[in-house]
Amino acid sequence: MKRRTLLATGTTAAMAAVLGAPLRAQEPLKVGFVYVGPINDGGWTQHHHHSAKEMEEHFGGAVELLYQESVPEGPDAERVMTQMVRQGCKLIFTTSFGYMDPTINVAARFPDVKFEHATGYKTAENVSAYSARFYEGRAIQGTLAGRMTKSNKIGYIGSVPIPEVVRGINSAFIHARKVNPDVEFKIVWIFEWLNPAKEADAAKVLIEQGCDVILQHTDSTAPHAAAKEAGNVYTFGQAADMAEFGPMPRISSIIDNWAPYYIERTQAVLDGTWTSVNTWDGIGAGMVGIGEISSAVPEEYKAEAEAMRDAIAAGDYHPFTGPINKQDGSPWLAEGDVADDGTLAGLSFYVEGIEGDIPS
Amino acid sequence: MDLSAINPILLLASLMVAATPIMLAAIGELVVERAGVLNLGVEGMMITGAACGMIFAYNTGNAWLGFAGAAAGGMALSFLFAILTQYFLSNQVATGLALTLFGLGLSALLGQNYAEARPPAFPKMDIPILSDIPVLGPIAFNHDPMVYVGLILVAGVWAFLKFSRAGLVLRAVGENHEAAHALGYHVIRIRILAILFGGACAGLGGAYISLVRVPQWTEGMTAGAGWIALAIVVFAGWKPVRLLLGAYLFGGVTVLQLNLQAAGLAIPVEYLSMSPYIATILVLVILSAGRAPGSLGKTFHASR
Amino acid sequence: MLTLEKRPQPSQAWTYLAPLVAVVVTMIVGGAVFAMLGKPPLESIRTIFWDPLFGEFAAFDRPELVKKAGPLVLIALGLSFGFRAGIWNIGAEGQYIMGAIFGAGIALAFYPMEARWLIFPLMIIAGMVGGMLWAMIPGLLKVKFKTNEILVSLMLVYVADFMLDSMSLGLLRNPEGHGFPGSRNLQQYASAYNGDLIAGTGLHWGVIAALFAVVVSYIALSRHIFGFNVRLAGQSPRAAAFSGVNANRLVLVCMGISGALAGAAGMFEVAGPSGQILSSFNVGYGFTAIIVAFLGRLHPIGILLAGCLMALTYIGGETAQLTLGLPRSAVQLFQGMLLFFLLAVDLFTNFRIRLTAKEAA
Repeated sequence: MKRRTLLATGTTAAMAAVLGAPLRAQEPLKVGFVYVGPINDGGWTQHHHHSAKEMEEHFGGAVELLYQESVPEGPDAERVMTQMVRQGCKLIFTTSFGYMDPTINVAARFPDVKFEHATGYKTAENVSAYSARFYEGRAIQGTLAGRMTKSNKIGYIGSVPIPEVVRGINSAFIHARKVNPDVEFKIVWIFEWLNPAKEADAAKVLIEQGCDVILQHTDSTAPHAAAKEAGNVYTFGQAADMAEFGPMPRISSIIDNWAPYYIERTQAVLDGTWTSVNTWDGIGAGMVGIGEISSAVPEEYKAEAEAMRDAIAAGDYHPFTGPINKQDGSPWLAEGDVADDGTLAGLSFYVEGIEGDIPS
Repeated sequence: MDLSAINPILLLASLMVAATPIMLAAIGELVVERAGVLNLGVEGMMITGAACGMIFAYNTGNAWLGFAGAAAGGMALSFLFAILTQYFLSNQVATGLALTLFGLGLSALLGQNYAEARPPAFPKMDIPILSDIPVLGPIAFNHDPMVYVGLILVAGVWAFLKFSRAGLVLRAVGENHEAAHALGYHVIRIRILAILFGGACAGLGGAYISLVRVPQWTEGMTAGAGWIALAIVVFAGWKPVRLLLGAYLFGGVTVLQLNLQAAGLAIPVEYLSMSPYIATILVLVILSAGRAPGSLGKTFHASR
Repeated sequence: MLTLEKRPQPSQAWTYLAPLVAVVVTMIVGGAVFAMLGKPPLESIRTIFWDPLFGEFAAFDRPELVKKAGPLVLIALGLSFGFRAGIWNIGAEGQYIMGAIFGAGIALAFYPMEARWLIFPLMIIAGMVGGMLWAMIPGLLKVKFKTNEILVSLMLVYVADFMLDSMSLGLLRNPEGHGFPGSRNLQQYASAYNGDLIAGTGLHWGVIAALFAVVVSYIALSRHIFGFNVRLAGQSPRAAAFSGVNANRLVLVCMGISGALAGAAGMFEVAGPSGQILSSFNVGYGFTAIIVAFLGRLHPIGILLAGCLMALTYIGGETAQLTLGLPRSAVQLFQGMLLFFLLAVDLFTNFRIRLTAKEAA
């Protein structure tokens, strides 16, 4: 076992040597990452992995990264986590909602190992939950979409109908309507997070039905390619900047940036100060990045969007600020009220003006 | 709800595109099954084709060479299947399933450095005059060349099976390999050729997804298209002309359900998505007795 | 020129030798592939085949092996009867899903009532019934309309898959799940939970059922008239008909057994290791079990061993990814290769290779 560990850590050790940093006397802290997709999926998993790598680099030789890609959500995930514990991981990040119950289960068995579960709602003594306020970025996308559309039809490719996605749709819609009262949303659900062929089909359908702005909550660049082919259609990068599709069709993006959080939490374990937390960070903390707004957007709209970004980052503006009614017209938030995190976390209704039903 | 938002011309045009990959893979599998071999590895060959297509297209800068590479890749994988089932007499069902597993792994390995790659453009053909015909023009005559390659292949297979002597022999081998052998035909050689053709077609179908429809390479991106191709062959009752219909039905349901969703119609997506499979079963029941090639899936060994 | 000559009866020696040869050849070729990828070949092979059984952490791995092999063996055993008789149910994946939906459905209908003596047995029955009903569709269609059961059972896998999606978003969705898809977790419902019978061994009721099924299958196949009929129907349908075997009944019985066992496997999985009805619930056990059935040569003991071997490559493959950084795709490729070689060497059991002077006609 010793020998194998040496082999596995060969690269990190070499790196530390190159940097001239003396190898620490104690073993490096092993940090495990469980990924739901392949590490080169171009979206969700790739960004978690990038951030994990950044974290590993940040700590030089003091941290060793272990990861497993494409782990099915279920008993297989439990086994992978258990294996990571046996390999000596003291901190394990599980990066998909479906790992919630498995994480809680494994954590109960290994009380001295810390777990961090992404996008869930359960925590425990040694399990933290973390997620990003992507809806803050959606507010900016909605504003840009409302400004840029000429047909007043905005397409939205939904992935899986969970609160995170519903929040995004609502946030984008509210802000699109705010700047352009005539916009309507066409929403298509594909029931998957990453399926390039289906995403391409969905984008084409939306374009055919007259949408000239496409928002996506799915991970591939396929909708961008479809928009590029169609011509005058605007898109937004998802999870990744997808800058290679700028300045047209991609006019901005929401970038997942987990690195600061990963560094902070790993540092906490190294310092022995780790405690279970429920983190929900947004633009302000840098967990949600807003990609460069491209030159295809007129200056005034760009300035408007950037002002909103800064206001959200500073905490001066909350995307869910009343008055907002629910889809059926009943009041949700009164004038000036701000949605509380509890309601947002389990959000499962559309706001007034959006047509259609959330699939169930 | 706003059904008027659905433009039937565009719907039919995108249906032709959505049907192309499954049609390509299905026409190959149809020939394989008509020769009496059941290759359940279509998904594995398609995904390998998708990866090989990207690798060849990206490195040569030519989409056509990409398709050629994809056909070669699919064929190489099907060759494994041919060797195992025809020479080593392994069970076709198990070997086909193993082929899918193998293909998924192989393609992921081959394509691991191509996730960021973008294939060269594969422009639409603007067929003069024909594409200007109202309604029919944009539906049928304004696509990329592979759409027509698919149609030509189907027509070619139809003519081959119906009119050519080789097609007759192939069918004879599929219906009753003992009898065909007794008549002096090389059952195994014919089957291997059919399997290779099937592999090439599956490879083309996969590459259509990675080079034209999406276009990018992602692990597992065929997402079950190979299995749909298998369903289409059955739906078609092993007849090329009906296979066209089947491909349009399966491709159409995907496009249609997205269109209905976008138009704001509250449809239970799962039930609409499962409908073509149920339709296939119904077709099977109606077609009923003995339409499948007589020797389908059975192992042949001459000395029996 | 090499020619094949059918052995009068399968070679005893090769029956045992062939799998070993296949495993060794896979190790050599696989090792070469790993080496090409820049990974230590011996280390990789040892991690996959040896460590889960006898390595430093085998105590953790063995229960996982058991958990993984359980459903594979249970499903494969059910399939083996039909496969012997020439009845091709390849839709076990769908039957597995339906068993899980039925089993979980019963549990959730009773929730939160605590009455294990009633609920758990009902779930087992419901799981078996669910799988059996799903398998009866191709069975009945074959009997009534001579419809090809391979294709119908395959089609029904997709239908079941969409049913699962629909259930996890609709009918069986956890009302307290904060709007997320998926049912309640049965692991937190004592009356329904199919946990380890002895903590930390991986032995849950599904594994017990699989072991029990091995014994029953063995007896049925070797000692019982049913086993004889099944074998006869597979070897010579005409002879079977003459000897009074009712072919239609045999189809229904074989489909029913395979469906019921696949359904039971699905139920044990959803109530135990998995816990939840989720769209990601099925991970291909139904298809892998087909391969397991063939690797085990349709023999109960063989299936038991083959199921364990498959489970071993999964677990070991995972460890290799984690400790050696072997890409997941390489592990998948390796598994595919193992299957190819195992299928290929089967030839030597039934055939003899002869060197002949000229090509045989």
